[in-house]
Amino acid sequence: MASAPSLTFLVLLLPFLAAAIAPLLTRALRHNAAWLLALVPLFNLVHFAGFLPEIAAGSPVTGGYAWVPEVNVNFSWYLDGLSLTFALLVTGIGALIVLYSGGYLKGHEDQGRFFSFILMFMGAMQGLVVADNFLTLFVFWELTSITSFLLIGFDHSRAASRRAAIQALVVTGLGGLSLLAGLLVIWNVTGVSELSLLLATGDTMRESPFYLAAFLLILGGAFTKSAQFPLHFWLPNAMEAPTPVSAYLHSATMVKAGVYLLMRLNPVLGETALWETVLPIFGGTTLIVGTLLATRQTDLKLMLAYTTVASLGLLVMLTGFGNEGAIAGAVLYLIAHSMFKGGLFMVAGLVDHESGTRDITRLGGLRKAMPVTFAAAVLAAFSMGGLPPFFGFLAKEEMYYAMVQGDAWSIAVLATAVIGNGLMFVIGFAVALKPFLGEPVETPKHAHEGPVLLWLGPATLGLCGLLAALFSATSHAYFSGPMASAVAGTPVPVEITVVPHPGAALYLSLFTIALGILFYWNLERIRGMMTALLNAIGWGPDKGFDQVMRGLVRLAGLFTRVIHNGKMEVYMTVTFAGIALALILPMWLFGEGPAMPAFPQLPFYEWTILAIAVIGIAAVIIAKNRLTAIVSLGIQGFAVAVIFMLLGAPDLSFTQFMVETLSVVILALVMTRLRLSPADHRPTGEKLMDMTVAGLAGIGFGLALLKITQIPFDNSLTDFFNANSRVIAHGRNIVNVIIVDFRGLDTLGEISVVMITGLAILALIRIRKPRRGAAAGTGEG
Amino acid sequence: MAGAASPHADLASAMVLQPVAAADWLVVAPVVIPIVFGAALLMFRKETQQHMVVSIIAFALLLLADAALLWRVIEHGPIVMTMGRWLPPFGITFQADVLGAGLATVAGLVAFAAVLFSFRDIDTTGRRYGFYTFFLLMMAGVHGAFLTGDIFNLYVWFEVLLISSFGLLVLGSEHEQIDGAVKYAFLNLVATTLFLIAVGLLYGAFGTLNMADLAGKIAAAKGQAPVMTLATLFLFAFAMKAAAFPVNFWLPASYHTPRIIVSALFAGLLTKVGIYALLRVLVMLFPVERDMLAIVIAWVAAFTMVLGILGALAQSDIRRAVGFVVVSGIGVMLAGLALGSELGLTAAILYALHSMIAMTAVYMLVGLMAEAGGSVSLHSLAGLYRAHPFMAALALVLFFAVAGLPPFSGVWPKVFVVKASLDVGAWWLAFAVLLTGLLTTITLGRVFALAFWRNHAEEPATMVPGDPITWKTYAPVVLLTAAVVFIGFYPQPVLDVAHAAARTILFSSGYVNAVLPAGGGA
Repeated sequence: MASAPSLTFLVLLLPFLAAAIAPLLTRALRHNAAWLLALVPLFNLVHFAGFLPEIAAGSPVTGGYAWVPEVNVNFSWYLDGLSLTFALLVTGIGALIVLYSGGYLKGHEDQGRFFSFILMFMGAMQGLVVADNFLTLFVFWELTSITSFLLIGFDHSRAASRRAAIQALVVTGLGGLSLLAGLLVIWNVTGVSELSLLLATGDTMRESPFYLAAFLLILGGAFTKSAQFPLHFWLPNAMEAPTPVSAYLHSATMVKAGVYLLMRLNPVLGETALWETVLPIFGGTTLIVGTLLATRQTDLKLMLAYTTVASLGLLVMLTGFGNEGAIAGAVLYLIAHSMFKGGLFMVAGLVDHESGTRDITRLGGLRKAMPVTFAAAVLAAFSMGGLPPFFGFLAKEEMYYAMVQGDAWSIAVLATAVIGNGLMFVIGFAVALKPFLGEPVETPKHAHEGPVLLWLGPATLGLCGLLAALFSATSHAYFSGPMASAVAGTPVPVEITVVPHPGAALYLSLFTIALGILFYWNLERIRGMMTALLNAIGWGPDKGFDQVMRGLVRLAGLFTRVIHNGKMEVYMTVTFAGIALALILPMWLFGEGPAMPAFPQLPFYEWTILAIAVIGIAAVIIAKNRLTAIVSLGIQGFAVAVIFMLLGAPDLSFTQFMVETLSVVILALVMTRLRLSPADHRPTGEKLMDMTVAGLAGIGFGLALLKITQIPFDNSLTDFFNANSRVIAHGRNIVNVIIVDFRGLDTLGEISVVMITGLAILALIRIRKPRRGAAAGTGEG
Repeated sequence: MAGAASPHADLASAMVLQPVAAADWLVVAPVVIPIVFGAALLMFRKETQQHMVVSIIAFALLLLADAALLWRVIEHGPIVMTMGRWLPPFGITFQADVLGAGLATVAGLVAFAAVLFSFRDIDTTGRRYGFYTFFLLMMAGVHGAFLTGDIFNLYVWFEVLLISSFGLLVLGSEHEQIDGAVKYAFLNLVATTLFLIAVGLLYGAFGTLNMADLAGKIAAAKGQAPVMTLATLFLFAFAMKAAAFPVNFWLPASYHTPRIIVSALFAGLLTKVGIYALLRVLVMLFPVERDMLAIVIAWVAAFTMVLGILGALAQSDIRRAVGFVVVSGIGVMLAGLALGSELGLTAAILYALHSMIAMTAVYMLVGLMAEAGGSVSLHSLAGLYRAHPFMAALALVLFFAVAGLPPFSGVWPKVFVVKASLDVGAWWLAFAVLLTGLLTTITLGRVFALAFWRNHAEEPATMVPGDPITWKTYAPVVLLTAAVVFIGFYPQPVLDVAHAAARTILFSSGYVNAVLPAGGGA
């Protein structure tokens, strides 16, 4: 089996390799590069199709390589009915989109870059749907967000594109992180990190106390990616991208990743009351809101975008409904939607490309000028409207069958589905018919049929929607059946055909169509009502997004101005307050403070010296001008030096005298040069604050020192130095031997410090008027 | 004065008698090379034309020494060498383990890239007044800190790198620079002094400075020494060096002021030395106390990362924003430290390695953006996507790496930190890490959209045509970006290093036994 997995590995990498050479290829062949580049997804399609018989027979395929084995991260894939169908959609539609892009962006200066991005996206998307390992899934998931960002911002000079790109990145990025957290929770609960193994864990997740957390986090990932209300707003904005992107990412594939995730995890997280309540509610709301918003639009792409939102809602609702029939309906609808919506988007792009506008009120009568486009549009619209003998009809029949149950909940869900489908019927036909029927209307460009690169995609998808329905036995055997079984976790028979059977489902279908026709006639009126309603509300999540972003930046600015205010005094106060806390709190909390020391029995001269030190400090504090304070500090320093001497450390004492003398002299000299105010003018509150902080820090250090002196000292180093200074190191002065021999390296470091300090001062003094590139114009050092 | 031992002392009880294996001299090479070359450049400081060649040789040698050391440590275990051959714990020990050598190697790589970049950024004046000497001595300090096995010696190297970084910071003497340098110097001096005081107290409590020796003695301390207080002091001092909230004022106040290459170096190296010291001291010397402090560290980590990235979001000056991004990355490393598990520490170390490379590269990139667009302000910088597509590609890779998005180096440590947090139920810490990732994405996405995607409203009339940006200028950024991509796609080798490093500090017996084979002080 070594060759088959490695070929799949190649297939997973191939789009990225193609992305790398796409710009070069496009420079050489211009838009005709599309024909060559489309071979890549085609090759992948054929490769994946090769698995069909095996998977239809019910045996999933896994493979992969260890990636980071220490933490169980593998680059692994899992092909079953669900992932294989998705992979075929991604690669199949991908091939058509590459061709379509060739025509759509013909002559665009960045066409090579575009091919590159779209192929990268394709690689990410097929990786997402076939990934087995959690982290592989996450990596590809985020890659689809990143490539989507690049594609939405493709027309980068327009502010609307940039805003939409960032918005999509933020919303789907949020979802990606939520997904990651969810997957890690599942990993921690079940102990497995492969989807294929997870599917075999039975009720482990459902019975876990972390079920709710995992459920919400996974939903966060799915609902953002699949644009569920109220997180749907990024998807219509993403229509700023060139139409091939809208057709591919934002209707046929990427936005279904959320639905894919829910379907994938349905056997693990599904069949709970929570799942079967939350999903239909959000899905149903999204369905109705999406369709209503779609009726308001006059831009072909935006109309389609909102119906995409609605369709995703329908899919989520069906996935959460909880019986096998609904799942089969979801599966059929998903396949149908990918084909008809991808096709309709391409039609919209074609109309836009050829006529110069995609405003439905400025289009009409194009059927003569663009007959092939018209045919493709009608094929797609029939499927979208759920008319026989198209695949959309099968989907609608199946979902209605499943939902006719009679209890109140089912009826509510069913009513939602019927109204939603009715409204979608309207939009589908409005997009497919209005630009083509009626009297020809003057358009910005004189419209005629587009080149083969442009109409090949929509025509193929339209025909597929028809053929898949006509040969429903085959498509169920290879696609719908295995996919529904994978989603349900148990074998699900899918037997629906294009031949209408009298029954509740058929009557509901007919009712939907009647409803749709009714809405179609009143489209203008509904549009007016929706516009008035939205104006009355005056707020939407899209506006909310801007408000959140603005609020975030304002909040960030506020925090940063408060914390990093540029005032050195505040920085120092906070630092020393922290030091005081770091000293006192642990001593207090962990009982590490010193014992009360015995009252010292000192000779009177030692008391005197101590008193001088204290007086010095007191003088520093009460001194009226800075010079007095500096000299008083010197008094304290000298007193300490004397104490060192009395305690038998002449070297130390001498050093202390030197340091104190020098620092008093230097500080005093500096003070005469600086024009500082002679006294400080801090307000009393600040003085008290500073006093408290300084006092606490001092007390803390004092206590710590006291504590250390109260525990017995380990003399081993001192003894060693005593023993070996003279006999081995040949030095009588132990301090000197320590400095030059035992710890000579420290001295080397300190000497370097002195040297660098000198050099830094030199640079500080000598470099006066800096100008880039100017030679050293200052003096010699 | 000296003890009255017999004139024929027992050398074996005081000194290491067997000669150091030739290959083990590698352990001091990363400190010796920069000091020697730094001194040489100081002597020939007027020959500014020669500085480039000499520096390239120096940094290439340094990188080689680092890499060879790492290889040897991985193959043969820790290398120990005691200065003056005094038996540990009496002399100063240099000791390379995977943690030190791993960080040193990445530091060497970053420095090598930086020296290539510096040719464009540093003028003759800068060279004459010691840019390369400061740089080399700073590398000596960084390497000394990574490789020393003695806690007072660690302080000395902190001082070396503090003062040489100060030299780099003021070089140029612009008003803004001096202001930043003053804040940098004073606040860092406070931190370093606190470190010194803590070392003094530690010595008073345990009578030794050798870290291997300390590890044993602290573990054996039975309620006498104020270990919690000591651990907290070290935590505070190093956290300040690492720029943790709330004592990170010095970083945003200074990092945007010097030459961009200096900022790049600082971002790559300085805070990570603080992180290294935290790992070494808290995990290896104070494991029990680290456990008690874990909740404090975790909150500090969460605040550091979230407030850090909010700081970045608030800026319109890209250099300032990137400084805050550095801070927020520190929070992620502290989170790993707070977790303290094998995975958590591995993630912290991996993040440190990633951050050294990525943040240095980001600063270099910002330098190129400023040069190409004539501004570092998001209000006026525009049009780079069209003018410099290659720069845009580098920016995308680096920005996504920093934000922790796949498939680049930042994603792995971030995933591991989140996983390690969830392992112990610290969901809020995981949330903070993920939130930081999202906010980073927003911040950098905004930079990309404005500086690269947005076109100039009109052709700027006063564009000063700088030197054209050639492949030589791109080379160091490309080198580091390649590392970021490599780690993203094939994290295994670097992860192995991080994992082994985490194990050396978590299970310190290997480290201790390498220094003190008898298992304790003489």
